[in-house]
Amino acid sequence: MMHRTHHVPLNRRSLLKLGLAAGGAALAARYSFAAPAASQSRFVFIIMRGALDGLSAVPPYADPDYARLRGELAIGTPSAADGALALDGYFGLNPGLAFLHEAYGAHELLVLPCVATGYRERSHFDGQDVLENGMTQPHAAQTGWLNRALTNLPSANRRGRESGVALAQNVPLVLRGSAEVASWSPSVLPDLDDDTMRRIADRYASDPLLARRLAEALATGSEQAEQAAQAPPASMASDAADGQAMKPVARSTAGRYTETVRTAAGFLRREDGPAVAVFDTTGWDTHFNEGGAQGQLRTRLSVLDQSLRTLKETLGDVWPRTVVLLATEFGRTAAANGTRGTDHGTASAAFLLGGAVAGGRVLADWPGLSARALYQQRDLKPTLDLRSVMKSVLHDHLQISAGVLEHDVFPDSSVAPYIAGLLRAHDA
Amino acid sequence: MSLDSSPAIAANRFGLGAKPGELGVIGTDARGWLEAQLRGPAPTLPATALRNSIDILSDAATIRKQLQSQRRAAAAGPAAGAGSTAGAASESSEVLALVTRLPQYYRPIYIAEVQARLRNAIVTERPWIERLVYFWSNHFAVSIDKLAVLGVAGSLEREAIRPHVLGNFRELLLAVEQHPAMLLYLDNQRSVGPNSQLAQRAARRERTLGLNENLAREILELHTLGVGTGYTQTDVTSFAKVLTGWSLGGGDGAGPMQAGATGQFLFRPQLHEPGAQTVFGRRYEQSDQAQGRAVLSDLALASPTARHIATKLARHFIADDPPPAAVARIAQAFERGGGDLPQVYRALIACREAWQTPLAKYKTPQDYVLSIYRGLQLPVADGPRSIAAFDVLGQRQFSPGSPAGWPDRSDDWDGASALMKRIEFADAVAQRMGGTRAVVELGPQLLGATYSDETRASLQRAATDGQALTLLLTAPEFMRR
Repeated sequence: MMHRTHHVPLNRRSLLKLGLAAGGAALAARYSFAAPAASQSRFVFIIMRGALDGLSAVPPYADPDYARLRGELAIGTPSAADGALALDGYFGLNPGLAFLHEAYGAHELLVLPCVATGYRERSHFDGQDVLENGMTQPHAAQTGWLNRALTNLPSANRRGRESGVALAQNVPLVLRGSAEVASWSPSVLPDLDDDTMRRIADRYASDPLLARRLAEALATGSEQAEQAAQAPPASMASDAADGQAMKPVARSTAGRYTETVRTAAGFLRREDGPAVAVFDTTGWDTHFNEGGAQGQLRTRLSVLDQSLRTLKETLGDVWPRTVVLLATEFGRTAAANGTRGTDHGTASAAFLLGGAVAGGRVLADWPGLSARALYQQRDLKPTLDLRSVMKSVLHDHLQISAGVLEHDVFPDSSVAPYIAGLLRAHDA
Repeated sequence: MSLDSSPAIAANRFGLGAKPGELGVIGTDARGWLEAQLRGPAPTLPATALRNSIDILSDAATIRKQLQSQRRAAAAGPAAGAGSTAGAASESSEVLALVTRLPQYYRPIYIAEVQARLRNAIVTERPWIERLVYFWSNHFAVSIDKLAVLGVAGSLEREAIRPHVLGNFRELLLAVEQHPAMLLYLDNQRSVGPNSQLAQRAARRERTLGLNENLAREILELHTLGVGTGYTQTDVTSFAKVLTGWSLGGGDGAGPMQAGATGQFLFRPQLHEPGAQTVFGRRYEQSDQAQGRAVLSDLALASPTARHIATKLARHFIADDPPPAAVARIAQAFERGGGDLPQVYRALIACREAWQTPLAKYKTPQDYVLSIYRGLQLPVADGPRSIAAFDVLGQRQFSPGSPAGWPDRSDDWDGASALMKRIEFADAVAQRMGGTRAVVELGPQLLGATYSDETRASLQRAATDGQALTLLLTAPEFMRR
């Protein structure tokens, strides 16, 4: 919710909670805004929907087959004009990823150039389903791996009622499940008066779904998030119904991402806020005119990169205890297709970013891009299961037990063992 | 008020939400009301000002050519220019103006399309057919987050979907896959067979042209068979070869790509991969566009396609997880009728499961907005703000963001933040309208026998008419259909 345009006598959400919950005193206590609990872990999962071209995000410029396969999409060596940003002498970063490159230098970025989930077909929608459900098959669960982890979040990392927040109107699969999570998206609509809201809540009392959702929405009345996000002008109460209605929420991708990460940071910094935030980025499905050192994909990566810089800045003293995972459903073909783009593939790149990451490294068991090395003669072959990365973060950072990870969060994932050492050792 | 909920279900689940008086028109024969809507020609959009896709794309091509020549002039310009910083600044603002010209051209077209569709939804006497149009439009989704589609998303629905909504699925499929919006959205217009004339000519100049498998994959996965029905990567690649040459006239390149009328479907033999192809177990020997038509015709009538369509229809009209028996009956009707859609729809409305309460489907934002506009007969002014409700509630029209279209399950739409926006929207509408309507009488008019005693009681206790209207529009039975 955003700034309200007319004033009601009491904050409607705190009032409503008094009405909805049994104990007003406990609620009042929850709403104290102390300094952020910097000692507790925060985790941000950014889903890159559409199948990111890992070979362009993390170009293996020293691979002998890379330039040939990629043609005009290839990104040059770090010494070339507009070349890759140097990492370890073999891999680089897309020139749009300047902040990530700085983070690598500051040992806060771990680059994973060759990862995949257990999914081996090439449907975006099934691929995203597997990325989020944490299973081996699409549609094998109606809950997400992150929610299943949050139901087992140790109290040391639990601050508020909701342990996770989706920066979206609706909760994505990865965060669906029995653990309570919040969802947030900017609104240009005015708040209701308390009396009307109380009557709606009364009416929903006999409807479990709506009652739960309304309670979640009311609990998410985050002053800090409101302050953090840029408030669009919001007067529409007077003319919503006569066709003069609302302002379209027409903002640039960059503006939207900036607002999203600022709000996420606002939630994560709260004393009683969630430990986990999830949001989506889109536009990675580059079948046509993908571009190389310049062009469409670089521009998108650069927009994302800038918002990650904002995330770090806004998280401030919480950043040292933060891990950000950026991952996509699968990669793209090793070779460029016939229309200066790439088609659906298999392995892609992922990133672990944040002050709690043991970064400054590229973690790759690189299979190479020779014809023999490619998966089904067309795609980069995965050599690291994303679930291994997820397990490590959940275990080392959020202190989810190994038993829970193996049985509840990622069933049937023995092929994807926990790997140690991705994060900095700390005295949790 | 009758205890029979079928009129309310006909109006709200199958239609677009009751308008005042509609339940009376339906009377006691709810199925008959739906049945009658299936007769007669498919309804068109009563908006003569909307232009066809060929005109829209022709003008876009003209703008693009101007942009290109201006860019070339700008590139050649600095030597002739003064070289001062002022000159550079005006140059960059010129470039910016050029870049924004296409969106500025497309945007009013898009707005007009959405407004025409909304106005029609508010008044139509055949709301069930209108919902079916939206169903197919979403099945064959394009998304305006790709600029090339912004101007023609609406015309895809008008030109390819509406004419066939009461026809045969095969014709519908063929019309959609040849429509410029789909070819542009899924990148097929420049997909080139590796052994085609054009690719070979390019190879002599050391340029590589080749396949783009986007359209072929999504036809198999989304438009026809459905994911996981047994087709392979080899099928995708072969089908992509079959579809090479399915393109648009009047390309902006030189040579053969310039042929044909701008914005119109054009089969380009120079791009087509020669030779027979095998797709999903069948071999296709045809040497031209007939090859693609043959594959699409077979796909349209394949059993997995019938099941896929039946499942989606049942999910849309019965429940998120539809009963398998109902899906089987609808699929059977699809196969028995050779894809004749009215037979499929009749099988659907004959399903007992489609008429049950409690209401199983949570409204999408589009459903919610339309049912409010229709239920209150709200006016739609000109200008972009009149369609902003869709954006604000999370379903900007024609923008599902992916070729899979909008999802169709409660989980996808029932988020807490989304619910709060609905409540705020309903309240904003009610604040404006409240004093002007006998709200307590509106409940039974819009919800019939599904209007609950609890909601009736909450309306009767309301402090004002405005508050009563908010309570009606946010009632659990108004959130669902």
